[in-house]
Amino acid sequence: MPFFRSHVLVSVDPECVKRGAYKLMDALQDELVHQGLNDEIQILETSRLGDPAQFGPDIMVYPEGVHYANLSVDDVPFLVQEQFLKGRVVQKFVAQEKVISDEELGLPKRKEIRSVLRNCGKIDPTNIEDYIAEDGYMALGKVITEMSPDDVINTILKSGLRGRGGAGFPTGKKWSFARDSIGETKYVICNADEGDPGAFMNRRVLEGDPHSVIEGMIIAAYAIGSNQGYIYCRAEYPLAVKTLNIGIQQAREFGFLGNNILGSNFSFDLEVRMGAGAFVCGEETALMASIEGKRGEPRPRPPFPAVKGLFQKPSNINNVETYADVPRIILEGPEWYAGMGTEKAKGTKTFALAGDVKNTGLIEVPLGITLREIVYDVGGGIKDDKAFKAIQTGGPMGGMLPATLLDMAVDYDTLTAAGSIMGSGGMIVMDEDTCMVDMARFFMDFTQDESCGKCVPCRVGTRRILEILNRICDGEGREGDIELLQQLCFEIKRDSLCGLGQGAPNPVETALRYFREEFEAHIREKRCPAKVCRKLITYEIVDGTCTGCTVCARNCPVNAISGERRKTHVIDPDICIRCGICKQVCNFNAIIIK
Amino acid sequence: MAVEAKHGSNTDRVIEEVIEQYGASREELIPILNEINRKIGFLPNEALEKVSRQLKLPQSNVLSVATFYQMLSTKPRGKHIIQFCESAPCHVVGGRQVWEQLQEELQIKAGETTKDGKWSLVTVSCLGVCGVGPVIVIDEDMYGSVTPDQIPEILSKYD
Repeated sequence: MPFFRSHVLVSVDPECVKRGAYKLMDALQDELVHQGLNDEIQILETSRLGDPAQFGPDIMVYPEGVHYANLSVDDVPFLVQEQFLKGRVVQKFVAQEKVISDEELGLPKRKEIRSVLRNCGKIDPTNIEDYIAEDGYMALGKVITEMSPDDVINTILKSGLRGRGGAGFPTGKKWSFARDSIGETKYVICNADEGDPGAFMNRRVLEGDPHSVIEGMIIAAYAIGSNQGYIYCRAEYPLAVKTLNIGIQQAREFGFLGNNILGSNFSFDLEVRMGAGAFVCGEETALMASIEGKRGEPRPRPPFPAVKGLFQKPSNINNVETYADVPRIILEGPEWYAGMGTEKAKGTKTFALAGDVKNTGLIEVPLGITLREIVYDVGGGIKDDKAFKAIQTGGPMGGMLPATLLDMAVDYDTLTAAGSIMGSGGMIVMDEDTCMVDMARFFMDFTQDESCGKCVPCRVGTRRILEILNRICDGEGREGDIELLQQLCFEIKRDSLCGLGQGAPNPVETALRYFREEFEAHIREKRCPAKVCRKLITYEIVDGTCTGCTVCARNCPVNAISGERRKTHVIDPDICIRCGICKQVCNFNAIIIK
Repeated sequence: MAVEAKHGSNTDRVIEEVIEQYGASREELIPILNEINRKIGFLPNEALEKVSRQLKLPQSNVLSVATFYQMLSTKPRGKHIIQFCESAPCHVVGGRQVWEQLQEELQIKAGETTKDGKWSLVTVSCLGVCGVGPVIVIDEDMYGSVTPDQIPEILSKYD
């Protein structure tokens, strides 16, 4: 590989492309050639560097790490001359950004360990050589030349790696089941249908480091004896699909995929399959039905996929992150991996922090870290220094955990005991202004919408829960509703066919368990303590604070506000639709919610 | 999601090309429907019929797949499709107000198309760009950190 003294990363985020990123890239290339610098400076494509709407098109220059924003083709000659010939940073082009340059994935924060995300943002995902330079495909070489399939499975078993898709089943065990299954044809499948709201870890790995997933899948195929693999990626991630296809093509050209991989008698090839927008397809049996071209409906297990999976053949299915973990475990050894985490949960896990926390974005931490460390050390605490109220882990089938559990360790079993799940790793932080009944309703609205409709408990049960929550939020809750909800949750969990139905009641159950008094306030006092539920609040104008500027009255969409200029205005609660616009536009904080 | 072909005259040709491209086999049903949907904007009846004949599948089977997936539509859709992310991370940072403003501005509800055929409004599950919620996507353009008062300006960019 040639040595370059400097690298220029050009953001080819769709927004940046629209703003001329490729034209900028061509101009840069031409200018480098013109100045005779093209052997010293390399131009690479990367995903977003900052907010494209604010900065695009933008570039990042390494090793200095300077972020130049809003560049046009005309700026290029001057920029190249100053930056690369004279070695001076051109201040007038530097992005005026206070925070980190990549809002999804900043520099590692305190208590983070980057293993799965090690290459993201660092290498060019569309160039396999970049991955190889970071020891990529070395694990595959080791596996094929030095290890038997059993050695590979034993290594994974010893590392303690558990499925990163949520359920946490030991990966080595899964592989050995698929290996032991009788059958000529076996499939290796990657679940890249990352549908949990707020979880985008897998998207970043697929977009930023696709080869780690591809390499992990080839190793799995070698271990179980498979010649064909599928990556099922959701249609909402067009860039990930594109990067994967480029990666697969390059891996074929380099002999890592196809016939006689690395000169051995092992052959394996991969194909990307796209979904068409159905959350339930993240469930493994539904996912396989979808690859077969059918409705993505789950089926009962057993038989498990390891015995009868895709096209009725033994199949091994793991999540993106699980496969991405594999090459490093092979290279660094299972002891290295098992050295991180807790006794029962080894290694690191990526999470997507979202909601009312200061630093939102992707993080990777060793398992066993506490929720408090995640929220306050990694996440930087709650926005606007408000109080922490709850954290939702594990996506829409996870639970909402209160402040009293902040010191709880994050691992599969502890989270399950608290009524939540690890899930794929979405974490939504909620501040004091969040109504837990409303949140429970929100998650239920999602799961009842995404229920595939095949089994009754999930299809009908989630709808009934939603109806009850709707009436509680509307101030029409009845005595006995809490008990009815608990009963429904219990039965839906017990009787549903797949993980979606079995997990759907979790947000409601945990909300009832940890925030029961809020439900009681809604039902008995017809009061929403967080002042969110519209039917239970009124907007009022404070006499004395109001200056009578009329701005609220002019902005009210239903003309519910009256009053003379320079005199305190009044809101008519019968006309008011509680849209909150008046509160937003008031310059004197004179409008309060009661 | 830019519609390439008008429904009507060359529907047949589009369908044939797509089936040719993917091959007439059951596993390719979803990619085929996706591509037809992208090219024509939705899946007209004749498309479902033709696909079922060529792939030798019962028509009920094709329809059941076409109606299962959110991104496939059996109804004609507007010239521009607005996708609103209805996921929790967008919800907690003010998504509801944006959603209401969108419906107010266009005078349609989720899944509907404006009378003039210009806009369709659909909800979409998490797009994975939660760092910049609330998020809306119009055709293939993504808008992040959207506030209700930006909506008219954003919509005015399209004709």
